[in-house]
Amino acid sequence: MAVDANPNATPSASALRGFFDGDVWHSFRSSPVAMLAAAVTLVCFVCALFAEVVAPHNPFDLATLELMDSLKPPAWISGGEPKFLLGTDGQGRDILSALMYGARISLLVGLASVLLSIVIGVSLGLLAGFLGGRTDAFVMRICDVMLSFPSILVALMISGVGRSLFPNAPDALAFVVLVLAISLTGWVQYARTVRGSTLVERNKEYVQAARVIGVGSFRIMRRHVLPNVLGPVLVLATIQIASAIITEATLSFLGVGVPVTSPSLGTLIRNGNDYLFSGEWWITAWPSLTLVLITLSVNLLGDWLRDALNPRLR
Amino acid sequence: MLVFILRRLAQAVVVMLSVAFIAFMLFQYVGDPVTNLLGQDATEEQRTALRKDLGLDQPFPVQFARFAVNAVQGEFGISLRQGRKVSSLIVERFPATLELALVAGMIALGFGIPLGVYAALRRGKASAQLLMTGTLFGVSLPNFVIGIVLIWVFAVELKWLPSFGRGEVVDFGGWTSGLLTRDGLLHLILPAVTLSAFQLTLIMRLVRAEMLEVLRTDYIRFARARGLTNRSVYFGHALKNTLVPVITITGLQLGSLIAFAIITEQVFQWPGMGLLFIQAVQFADIPVMAAYLCLISLIFVVINLGVDLLYFAVDPRLRVEGKAH
Amino acid sequence: MTAPLLEVSHLRVEFPTRRGTLLALDDISFAIAPGEILGVVGESGAGKSLTGAAIIGLLDPPGRIAAGEIKLAGRRIDNLPYEQMRRVRGREIGAVFQDPLTSLNPLYTVGHQLVETITTHLDLTAAQARKRAIELLASTGIPAPEARIDHFPHQFSGGMRQRVVIALALAGEPKLIVADEPTTALDVSIQAQIIALLRKVCKDQGAAVMLVTHDMGVIAETCDRVAVMYAGRIVEIGPVADVIHRPAHPYTVGLMGSIPAMDEDRERLLQIDGSMPRLTAIPPGCAFNPRCGRVVERCRVERPDLASVGATSAACWRPVTVEVVR
Repeated sequence: MAVDANPNATPSASALRGFFDGDVWHSFRSSPVAMLAAAVTLVCFVCALFAEVVAPHNPFDLATLELMDSLKPPAWISGGEPKFLLGTDGQGRDILSALMYGARISLLVGLASVLLSIVIGVSLGLLAGFLGGRTDAFVMRICDVMLSFPSILVALMISGVGRSLFPNAPDALAFVVLVLAISLTGWVQYARTVRGSTLVERNKEYVQAARVIGVGSFRIMRRHVLPNVLGPVLVLATIQIASAIITEATLSFLGVGVPVTSPSLGTLIRNGNDYLFSGEWWITAWPSLTLVLITLSVNLLGDWLRDALNPRLR
Repeated sequence: MLVFILRRLAQAVVVMLSVAFIAFMLFQYVGDPVTNLLGQDATEEQRTALRKDLGLDQPFPVQFARFAVNAVQGEFGISLRQGRKVSSLIVERFPATLELALVAGMIALGFGIPLGVYAALRRGKASAQLLMTGTLFGVSLPNFVIGIVLIWVFAVELKWLPSFGRGEVVDFGGWTSGLLTRDGLLHLILPAVTLSAFQLTLIMRLVRAEMLEVLRTDYIRFARARGLTNRSVYFGHALKNTLVPVITITGLQLGSLIAFAIITEQVFQWPGMGLLFIQAVQFADIPVMAAYLCLISLIFVVINLGVDLLYFAVDPRLRVEGKAH
Repeated sequence: MTAPLLEVSHLRVEFPTRRGTLLALDDISFAIAPGEILGVVGESGAGKSLTGAAIIGLLDPPGRIAAGEIKLAGRRIDNLPYEQMRRVRGREIGAVFQDPLTSLNPLYTVGHQLVETITTHLDLTAAQARKRAIELLASTGIPAPEARIDHFPHQFSGGMRQRVVIALALAGEPKLIVADEPTTALDVSIQAQIIALLRKVCKDQGAAVMLVTHDMGVIAETCDRVAVMYAGRIVEIGPVADVIHRPAHPYTVGLMGSIPAMDEDRERLLQIDGSMPRLTAIPPGCAFNPRCGRVVERCRVERPDLASVGATSAACWRPVTVEVVR
């Protein structure tokens, strides 16, 4: 990834900045799909982040809810009102607003999980690669075992254990357990990639030289190895974000995800499911569509990023 | 080769023991093991008697050994939520999940492989591109969203298929099967298709990628240079070489099908192990969770072992029969 | 004079790319008589393998034949539809590629691959085909062929594998074999055996051979005639002894001069200055002119055609006519 020609030179952190000028950006500009996906993602992010400002109603303010408004269809169907553009649910909450708040929860949990995954995975990968020997073997063994179990199972188990350990947990704790559960399903890929890069870097002369001088291992890992592995980690992250969002949505749909007071898109879909047979399809349709839109855009972006950064395809 | 098998068996045992250990920790320390074993309605005398019996004052390894022995026999105590023996609950529910997973697996393979081959052979044509775009959807759509959409289209709007439960089942000797009745089969369709969706796209992408790789090899070129028909080249040579790595990965997917069934069972209220597990998680029903964990691990380990052996059977290079001469 | 088995006339192979069309073979013409062994020699990238690929109709897309003709036994084969060309391949033209390890499908026995080739081209029952397969293996010098026919490729050593490949190439009883660097991937000690084998079976079957290689030693041992290629063109062609001892084209002179001899006493190996031009940068006129010691103004402007110079034909405006004694 580093642009340096000298393989023994210390790769600088501006390598990260380096590849945003040039090939990658050019590839982005020339791919309409990537640009569309990025635009959609951006819109979703903004709406989610600034939900209080952007959303027309506040679905959590019980004072503004009226049962009279419940189960109204989207505005363009007879019986609907322009005030509630996408319709309302069983309690009179505006779906559009609930979507934005829900998207925010989904995105926040997804991002937090990925970040935690990265921290765990990169640390373990660095350790395994740098220390080698038994540590390496041990970490890799754990990776192998974890990879053979599907992620949803791991997340469910941790969620379940968390609930058992803290039966009357406050919401904040529930969130922590959830983020932990999801992040523990995804760290393995990072660990492997980072371990691979670390092994490569470890044998380079500048690292050996630094060790001879007496620079501590951690310092070497942090300053020299880390910048080099950020590229693949970034690519992995884009794949994992969509996966984390889906996992959270699944857990919430199953009723073991986010607490009921802070519904994510998954919770909204779950709630709306009950109304499907009585004809109020919009309560579950809009959250589903939003979820799919977000994951699709993130996946497309990730696909494009992978192709753009792949030296073999250039 | 014998050495290989023995080594894999040893690994399997280690994995099972670790899993049993985790399950044991759950059983003993999360919640009350006595309640786990007797249920919540046990009397105080029963509890004290059991405490002595269990030897909860015994050293840790002894307790673990006892748990492990029980586990091997399928004894996991009483479900906290349902008050029945965990083992009978699982036995009752297992056929439903297994049937669902197997049918979904067959759908995924039966459609995934041909579609992948098609996408590889017709690479660059519009139809193939369309297929590959479709796979992007398959990977981005969560399992339950697909289920809900299918329910809405086929059960609510068109009213063609049922969307709830298993329908009529035939009971013979402890195994209940929905495959033998029309009603049972109808009920199976939507859940199986939902469950197979993700695997199908995965298999399709995999087969296509592998086939494209294989078509670039020298032996395919040589096969063409020998004047073999397209049929021989594509389906005799290319396909066989493509399927070898695909089969192993697919085998591993069977395990993940059983796991993903959890979601599908919730959407369709399918009375399988997955639904049981979800309810256990919601209720913090430790015995059921521990049992499920052990059972799933066993299934995975067995599948992994089976796939490794399958590799041996299929790839002649792995059967070491003397030096090359 | 017997009619030639293979006739290539003014063959032109192009690769259309985003950056323009690359000319990989430029006006190639040669002929091979029945039973003759023609060597095609040149540096990597000169177009030797491409010529072979064009003849058997397996040019990798986007490469295509842009002009010229290829005739086999008087019949044009370069413009045949895929299915008809497929029947020519294996039955009338056999091919041997460079790496025997990757040429054979690792998942099928050698016997299976032989029998399928035989039954594709010859009308034999399975039992007859198997018998023929065993005969083929025996004729290529594989010991105990009745047992080895059921072995997998990875159970053969490199030299043995190439024998299997040759057997496969001969399975359809072709009249022409295109061998693309058949010995390059093998140990030196095995190379001689394989070359001798190729020569023998071809003489036995009466097949002609187009032997592509960069190894002049192999050419000298085996071939009747040799064509020297440079930058997608044939610069010299003629009987082996004449091309080696009395080369006319300056490039050929340089090639022969750069081969060290046992009885010479040298401190440095002779080499030709510069390197072969890339496909995107072929100079006008004679492609060799930037490196040629005998260059004149005409060479830089006008491209020479093959013209006979003594016993060989060379594409040069100032061919060497002095004998180089080796």
